[in-house]
Amino acid sequence: MDQLTRRTFLRGAVIGGGTVASSTVGPWVLRARAQGGPVKIGLVLPYTGVYAELGNSITQAMELVFARENWTVAGRKIEMIKEDDEMKPPVGVRKTEKLIDSDKVDILTGPVHSGILMGMRDKVHNSKTILIVSNAGADAISRERCSKWIFRTSFSNWQPCQPMGGWVAKNVAKEVFLIAPNYQAGKDMMGAFQETFTPAGGKVVAEDYPKLGETDYAPYLTKIRQSGAKAVFAFFSGTDAVNFVKQYDGFGLKEGIRLTGAGFLTEPDVLPAQGKAALGTLTGHFYTPQLDNPVNVRFVKEFREKFGGKTPDGFACQGYDTAEVIVRALKAVNGNTQDKDKLVAAIAATEFDSPRGRFRFDPKTHNVIQPFIYIREVREVAGGLNNVPIDKVADVRDPGTGCTLPA
Amino acid sequence: MPFLPDFLGQALNGLAYGALLFLLSVGLTLIFGMLDIVNLAHGSFYMLGAYAGLATLAVTGNFWLAALAAPIAVGLIGALVERGLLRPLYRRSPLDQVLLTFGLIYLFEDLVKWGWGGRIRSISPPEVFSGRVSFGRVTLPSYRLFVIAFCLVVALVLWLVIEKTRLGAVIRAGVYDAEMAAGLGIDTGRVFTFVFAFGAALGGLSGVIAGPIQSAYPSMGVSILIPALIVVVVGGLGSLKGSFVGSLIIGQAETFGKVWLPGVSMLMIYVVMALIVVLRPQGLFGRPLR
Repeated sequence: MDQLTRRTFLRGAVIGGGTVASSTVGPWVLRARAQGGPVKIGLVLPYTGVYAELGNSITQAMELVFARENWTVAGRKIEMIKEDDEMKPPVGVRKTEKLIDSDKVDILTGPVHSGILMGMRDKVHNSKTILIVSNAGADAISRERCSKWIFRTSFSNWQPCQPMGGWVAKNVAKEVFLIAPNYQAGKDMMGAFQETFTPAGGKVVAEDYPKLGETDYAPYLTKIRQSGAKAVFAFFSGTDAVNFVKQYDGFGLKEGIRLTGAGFLTEPDVLPAQGKAALGTLTGHFYTPQLDNPVNVRFVKEFREKFGGKTPDGFACQGYDTAEVIVRALKAVNGNTQDKDKLVAAIAATEFDSPRGRFRFDPKTHNVIQPFIYIREVREVAGGLNNVPIDKVADVRDPGTGCTLPA
Repeated sequence: MPFLPDFLGQALNGLAYGALLFLLSVGLTLIFGMLDIVNLAHGSFYMLGAYAGLATLAVTGNFWLAALAAPIAVGLIGALVERGLLRPLYRRSPLDQVLLTFGLIYLFEDLVKWGWGGRIRSISPPEVFSGRVSFGRVTLPSYRLFVIAFCLVVALVLWLVIEKTRLGAVIRAGVYDAEMAAGLGIDTGRVFTFVFAFGAALGGLSGVIAGPIQSAYPSMGVSILIPALIVVVVGGLGSLKGSFVGSLIIGQAETFGKVWLPGVSMLMIYVVMALIVVLRPQGLFGRPLR
């Protein structure tokens, strides 16, 4: 009996010991394999439809940066997994879930659409996935809906508009007509403009919010002419921007009523279609390919060479900075993506010279502090129409009302 | 008295918008009413017209040639669609036609994307109409006045052709009672192809004419389908007169909706549509429903 007991005991000890051994060895092996594998970066962007141009610009600039690093950072391969969100919130959210749950991406980036961003926010936050927002400007993501896991390299809607208010009141006119599409971003931007416009002595003569996707702005343009406004501050993007700017010129409003707006109004995705109708338009934005700092000069040159003569736009700058943040943060943690807290800290601490100026995140909100909002005028330059910087406002940081990180 | 010129200016805006709506919807209503085909791909013909116009402009730089070439090209595409795809479905349920034309929207959109890319493009107005016309406090781009005049001419020509010519009589006979017409020696198959191609060509024409006012992009056809269908419902299925009057009413309703109730401007046209559907289900000039 004794012997039998001892043998049983020994057998148990061996099995038990083996279990202990394997439980210490096992995870170590797994982690080593994970560290040796590629860093997976998931992209949720529009690759079809009118906004495909934006998704492509962001993606191409990211590829430019990763190619410079030979697609290997801190000994790990970089793998991009692209998903088309079709600019539809349900699709974007589904693709986000796929990237997080099936592909198990290390870092997520995108989207263009603020609705998709708000829809994916809780999934990202609850699964503790790092998201670097590379376009969508919903103010809320830097405010009451901010998250420790979410960074933004692009802008909050507030940022390009708030400095424009004071600038327009001082340099253009005190009587302004506001016009933007009837949705959250449009109202956010008009509100941000008034924050500095009214204190500077400006008066909003009237405001209108046409429906998103409007094709005929004639009734609004007639109202603008008869309002007595000396300038218009507008936010439109995509086909709305093309239709509005073309019809604004068609009705002859440019003679006498200066058109100003948020940068998206005349970005390179719409400027060629607007053509000369856009000449003289003044917009506020954090980037223009016309900036003459050395990083931007090189960026524009390399981007043109790599992508068949295409000039980078603000969206490309956002992609460039997103990839640059990823590269620098991965190097800072030696390619260890398992310790997410450390990776988040490394991303938050990233600082470098971007095409737009000195890039850094606001520790309070994880939103980019715009080194400058450039006031740009559409002019004819070598190679066609472009947004030429004529003035700038420094260090524009979102107020971050209601955000207390780590949240 | 500042109210009057404002009112006049806006009424002209509504007229120009209504004129464009007429060009857009008349092809749809002809095909709808005469052939009993719910052609959801009509928006695609509008889009194809814009791109055919862009292609002609790229080669010739002449807007008028573009306005001529686009309807011809799109009419030919329409003829091919009718002969090759729709004809086999005539004896099947209307739902099959709806599904087919719905699928065509995506087919044409992808073909255009493949050929031209997804970028937003635009057509410049012809040099003669690139300026503006002012009277009193009212200013209008001269191109919009041209659109109004052009639409009146198109409406008049269509009315003359359909009501006053032998060709029109043949079409009406072939469509009203195909079997009887065939018995009289009319080749109804050719009539159907012709009407469909003609409707498609009108859609293509509207794409070029709208070009200088709006932008061109591969999915542009989807966005105009709803206003065009509303015009057809208000005016009455298949009625040329209905399409004309319906367009003008919707043009004014939407314009003054934007002036007075900008937040809910779309509501105006739906209110008009709902009133018509309740009070006169066949539309203003439609045949009474059986």
